[in-house]
Amino acid sequence: MEYQKLYQDLTRHVLKGKGESTPQLRQAAFDNTGLPASLNALIDKVAHQPYKVTDNDIAAVKATGITEDQLFELVICGAVGQASRQYQSGLTALAEAIQEGGRHAS
Amino acid sequence: MRLEILNSGYKFGTKVLFGIIKLFSGYPLPDAARLVFYRPDFYGNPAKQFTQRAMRGPSAWTAGERELMAAYVSYLNECAFCIKAHTATAAGAYHDAEKVDRVLTDIKNAPITPVLRSTLQMIGKLTREHTVNADDMRTVIAAGVSPQQIEDALAVCFAFNLTNRLADAFGFAVPSDEAFEAGAEYLLKRGYA
Repeated sequence: MEYQKLYQDLTRHVLKGKGESTPQLRQAAFDNTGLPASLNALIDKVAHQPYKVTDNDIAAVKATGITEDQLFELVICGAVGQASRQYQSGLTALAEAIQEGGRHAS
Repeated sequence: MRLEILNSGYKFGTKVLFGIIKLFSGYPLPDAARLVFYRPDFYGNPAKQFTQRAMRGPSAWTAGERELMAAYVSYLNECAFCIKAHTATAAGAYHDAEKVDRVLTDIKNAPITPVLRSTLQMIGKLTREHTVNADDMRTVIAAGVSPQQIEDALAVCFAFNLTNRLADAFGFAVPSDEAFEAGAEYLLKRGYA
């Protein structure tokens, strides 16, 4: 339970805390879906191939007029989002395994 | 780092703190530590609290085992900064750099317990494939890992799948091996808070 509270605290801050980007855009970066074309490639790389992000990727998004603070927020939301999907997959699989284990034992 | 705000956008008091740390440690604060000082209410403070709980909070896993998990996740994500940072920290905890190297490069034969190996393989799959299923968990449980240990390992896995992404996207500078050794000593003594 303790992890859950700390995890929810983190996601609440990055999605709904004070910032320069809209909550809708932050949620889209978190979900890696429904993003404007200018952000789509970068956030998808953050989610799936972060080691391939280059200076040019960041410069290209900045050239569209987005501020550094907005980019800071959206990259964080993209990273938290992908790590969250993995985390939730693990927790769901664990809950299923425990539940079925309990059924077999009874 | 790739955003100028992360290089020089800190408040005056924070810049003074960075200067003092450099003066006393002999090394500039690594980018992983600098990042959490930028607008800390947005990301840094809640992220530090989660990471501290996962890496140093109550758990059947030792700090060294959790550092090994962090190094392994970072290795699979090919995150240069985090591989070096957590390889050094795990090696410091175990007093055995070779063991850590074997885990990263040859998990099947590395000299670790079946409990740890099975857990590393599960978080490895989760990191590489982004998903695991109940069968994967049954395999880990059958190896003798408790559900609480699995939950603890998943928290470490989350913390480093997140940190690895930020390290690579923001472009954390990779300092010298000596700086990583100093960082490892700090993380083992003080943790992430």
